[in-house]
Formats: sequence, structure tokens, C-alpha cells
Amino acid sequence: MISILISLWENILIALRALAQNKLRAVLTTLGIIIGVLTVVSVASIIAGLNKGFSSQISALGSNTLFIHKYPWIIKDDFFKYRNRPDITMKDAEYLIEHSKLAESIAPATGTSRDIKFRNNSLSDIGVAGVTMEHELIEGYTIADGRYFTQTEIDRNKPSCVIGWEIKEKLFKEQHPIGERIKIGDVSYLVIGVMEKRGSLLGHNLDSEVYVPIGTVFKNFGSRRSIRILVKVPSPEMIDEVKDEIRFLLRVSRKLKPQEEDNFSINQQEMLTNMYKQLTGGLYTAAFGIGTLSLLVGGIGIMNIMLVSVAERRKEIGIRKALGAKRRVITFQFIIESIIICSVGGIIAIFFSFLISLVIDKITPFPSSVPIWSVFMGLGFSTFVGLFFGIYPARRAAKLDPIECLRYE
Amino acid sequence: MQSLIQLEKITKTYKIGTIEVHALRGVDLSIQPNEYISIMGPSGSGKSTLMNIIGCLDSPTSGSYFLEDELVSTMDDDKLAEVRNRKIGFVFQTFNLLPRASALHNVELPLIYSGIHANKRKVIAEEALEKVNLSDRKNHRPNELSGGQKQRVAIARALVNNPSLILADEPTGNLDSTTGKEIMSVFDDLHKAGNTIILVTHEKEVAQHANRIVHILDGNVAEDIQVKKP
Repeated sequence: MISILISLWENILIALRALAQNKLRAVLTTLGIIIGVLTVVSVASIIAGLNKGFSSQISALGSNTLFIHKYPWIIKDDFFKYRNRPDITMKDAEYLIEHSKLAESIAPATGTSRDIKFRNNSLSDIGVAGVTMEHELIEGYTIADGRYFTQTEIDRNKPSCVIGWEIKEKLFKEQHPIGERIKIGDVSYLVIGVMEKRGSLLGHNLDSEVYVPIGTVFKNFGSRRSIRILVKVPSPEMIDEVKDEIRFLLRVSRKLKPQEEDNFSINQQEMLTNMYKQLTGGLYTAAFGIGTLSLLVGGIGIMNIMLVSVAERRKEIGIRKALGAKRRVITFQFIIESIIICSVGGIIAIFFSFLISLVIDKITPFPSSVPIWSVFMGLGFSTFVGLFFGIYPARRAAKLDPIECLRYE
Repeated sequence: MQSLIQLEKITKTYKIGTIEVHALRGVDLSIQPNEYISIMGPSGSGKSTLMNIIGCLDSPTSGSYFLEDELVSTMDDDKLAEVRNRKIGFVFQTFNLLPRASALHNVELPLIYSGIHANKRKVIAEEALEKVNLSDRKNHRPNELSGGQKQRVAIARALVNNPSLILADEPTGNLDSTTGKEIMSVFDDLHKAGNTIILVTHEKEVAQHANRIVHILDGNVAEDIQVKKP
């Protein structure tokens, strides 16, 4: 065992010495390996990053919330089919609130965007969310300063608002916002609360919004708009049951005949996670495809260069054999050399993967990090390619006739 | 006395295309321990083939070869490699050193293949270099050494495993005459120290260093003369 380790070390030194003489050639040879490993590891790190950010954001939607919209979230067929659907209205929401027995709570919501202004400061195109009492629970709002709406304020369409964290920072700077009046569009609203920091959802900044009673949106910013309805399900297991009930109630309320299709969509988080899984699955498949192909091409390149190397170093092989190197020793020497070339390629690739991941992390909104398993996999694959494609040239070297090798100049 | 080398009816036939070339046609030869012997012959005489067979680099077509009572003529590649490693020290005309390795590493090579531990190896290799007066050049590469120095490294390498036999193939062929004489005196000293030396050469002057001269002609031993008392 010890002698095997010693000869392994010996061979590694021999291989490194041989490679040092041909650095450029070795690096060029490993290009295929580098590209293969780089592809797989980079994609893995991008997906790992997406997993971290994107999917946790999707789960922030809540796995036990249904979203009733005019449009489905994911449109696979004709968009115009959905455009002719009637808008979701407050009437739908009220009907559901009145008749649903299974839903934990139901909240209509709408939104628009307006410029907002406080004294001389103004912010343009800020999301204005029309909310109800139920939103506080469903969306899990927490108030950092001041308070949330009261039922009376919602019912009577009071011009009060709760502002997002970033709005406070930008509009009020050091001033205390509670009790001040801001202009949303042309309408004056009283600031009653500041929302805790919420982060972003699917690239949408939740801290740069203002929240007003839903009725005031209709009153002040136009009543002809499609709303959405949030339905909170008591537990995730009940989601299908509640979905069926909601669907039934909406069909009844909208007087749909049995053969007619739904003219509304009940969306849920699962749809996005499914799409996300499909997307990343596709990415993985593509990356593995490209990776495998590059490794194959790289492997053939390695084999080629090892054959050249064996031919060039016949003299050396002759000397080694004359001095007592057995076949397996020569085989071992060249396989180790091939493995080292490939592993160096793998290491270079992983180095660049970290670099790419860092760049992606810094310059794109997606977080990115190299998962540790992909590092091992990259190294493992490149080592395997070195082993596999090194066997044939190494065996050829081992079988060479020492006399002819010694004669070779 | 037991023979170091016992060759019996050794033949070697090469096939070049459909033509058979008889390089050796039944050579009988026995060499005793601590002999100093020259093998001479013109090119094409079969002298190189004989040397390859004695050096266990090649196997005869027929006949038997005993090296220290071990039948080597029927051994396979790997067994032969082991015998070469343990029993034979080669010195070649073209030195055959690894060009990118230091003198010391070149001398260490046979020890690597006999599985000797790195620390011990270094000590033994340094001793061998000392014997050929090259201790101060141990970290030099072959291209930083003169011809004579290269051949000394090669001799140190041949000695390092304490072989039963040193086989030198035209050891002075690539050296000027002064250096050649130097190298030959190294061989003379090695012989005095108890080593068995076989010189393969076509130079009379070189051959004269040996005690016994064997002439090969047309694949047979043509002449076998004891020139000096051993």
C-alpha cells in the first residue's frame, strides 16, 4: 500500500515535470474539459442562486393562498381568449365573502400607479395598492410605525394611507411621516402607518408602494378596473377543496352554463414552482448536454495529445523500461499524466466558475453561488475523462519495445 | 566456478516482410563473475542483437540463457524488466539520460523502479555519484554537463542498484579520445572493485582494456581470446 502511494506520488511528480515543459499545449488540450466543466458548474451555480432567491420569493406568495385573476399567471395559448373575459369585480368578491364556507379569509385587491408628493419632494410612478382589513393577515403585513387601517376607514373610503419603507426613506428623509399629508395623484391622503421592510417579490420592490383602502382607488383613480381576489386557505391540504368551492361559487355568481369554460382564473403558487422546476430542469438538461459533449470532445483531444506525447517520448520510455520499469509502471505514469492534465483543466474551470458566479452575483439581480457538489462533480468528471481517455495511449506506451525506443532519436 | 552468464545455442531470427534475417545462429558463450570482456564485431555481425539479449532487452528465438542460474530466455516482458532492474547496469553510447531531470534524479531512476524509499534512494544515488566524482554536479541537468560527465552520470546510474553485470555499449563512441580514456579508466577501476563488465565496441583500443575479447561474425562467435590473465 505504501509503495503504491509512493509510486503514485513519484508519478505525479514525473507528470508535473512533463507538463511543465509543455504548459501551453497542456492548457490548450484541456480547453474542451474546461468548457465542459465550466458549463455544468456555472449553470449549477446560477440555478443554485435562483433556488436561493427566486424560489424562496415564490414561496413568499404563500402555499395556502389562491389568487383569483382575470388572466392565468402562465399563458400557454392565445392571450386574446382571456382578454374578452369579464373583469373580476367587487361584486365577485362580495359574493365569495358572503357564500364561501371553507376559505379562511377573502380579500379583494387592486392597484394602480401614481406620482406621489410630499411638500417639494415627489416620486413618480409609485404602486398604489388598494387593500382591505383582511390583507394584513393574508399578506402578513407588519407595521413599523403608526398603525394599519381600521374597518371604518376601509368601509368609508377614508383617504388614509400606509406607506412602504422605501417611500418613507425617500419622501420624508429624516422627518416623521405619521400625521402628515401626501398627494397621491391629485388626492391628498393622511399617512397613518409605515410598513416594515418587505423586500422584493419576483423582481417587484414591495417597499416602494403605498397602501390605501380599496374603495378609495375606485373613487379617486377610476372604477373601471379588474381587481384580484386573494383567498386564504386554512391549511395547505385544503387548497384543492377550497379551489373547487371558489370555482363553483364564481360560476354560479357569473351564471355560467355547464358547457361554458371558466371566465376567470384561480392561480396558486404551485403553478409558478412547477414552471420554475421545468425551467431549471431544462437548463440542467441543456448544461449537462453541452457539458457531456465538451467532455467527450475534450477527452478525445486528451487521447490525441497523449498519443503524440507517447510518440515524442519514446526515447524516455525506452530508458525507463531498460532501467526496469514494468508495463504497469509505464501505464500508470501516462494515465496519471492524462488525469493530471484533465484535473488541471477541471481546476481552471472551477476557478472561472467562481469568477463567473461572482460577476453574476454582483452585476445581475440574481444571487449566484457555486454549490459544493458541483465542484466535486466537475473535478470527478474531469478526472474520469483523464482516466478513461488516458488508458489507450498509456497501454500503447507500455507495450513499446525498449530496443526500438532506445534507438529513437 | 558457477557462470554468471551461460548462453546455449542462442539464435535470433527477425522477419522483415517475408524475408527472414538470422542475426544470431547459435551462440554459445559463458561469462564468469568479475570478468572484463569485450564483444567486438563489424556492424551487421549480430553483436547488437547479442548485447540486447544479454541485457535482457530482447528474448532469443531459440536457445537458453541463464543469468546467475536463472533462466531468462523464456521470461515475459515484466519479468525481464525486473531482471534488468536488479542485475544489469546499462551504459549507452548516447548516454540515454532523461534530458530534463537532474543528474541525481537520473541516477535515482533504477531505485525508483525497485521500490526503494525516497530518502534512502537519495543517499544511495549520491554515493553512486561520488564514486564517479560527480557529487558537485548532482543538481545539474544533462545539457549542463560535458560528454564525459554525462557518461559518468550514466555509469553511476548503472552502478546504483549493485548489478551483477555492467553492460556498456560503445561507451566512448560519442566522446573525444581524452575523455574516452578517462571513461575507460573508470571501467578499469570498476573491474578492479569486483564488477563484471561487458564492453560492446568496434574500437580495438577500447577492447584492449578487457581481459577477454570475443569476436562476433555473421551471427556466430568467430574468436574468443583471453588476452590478459584475469
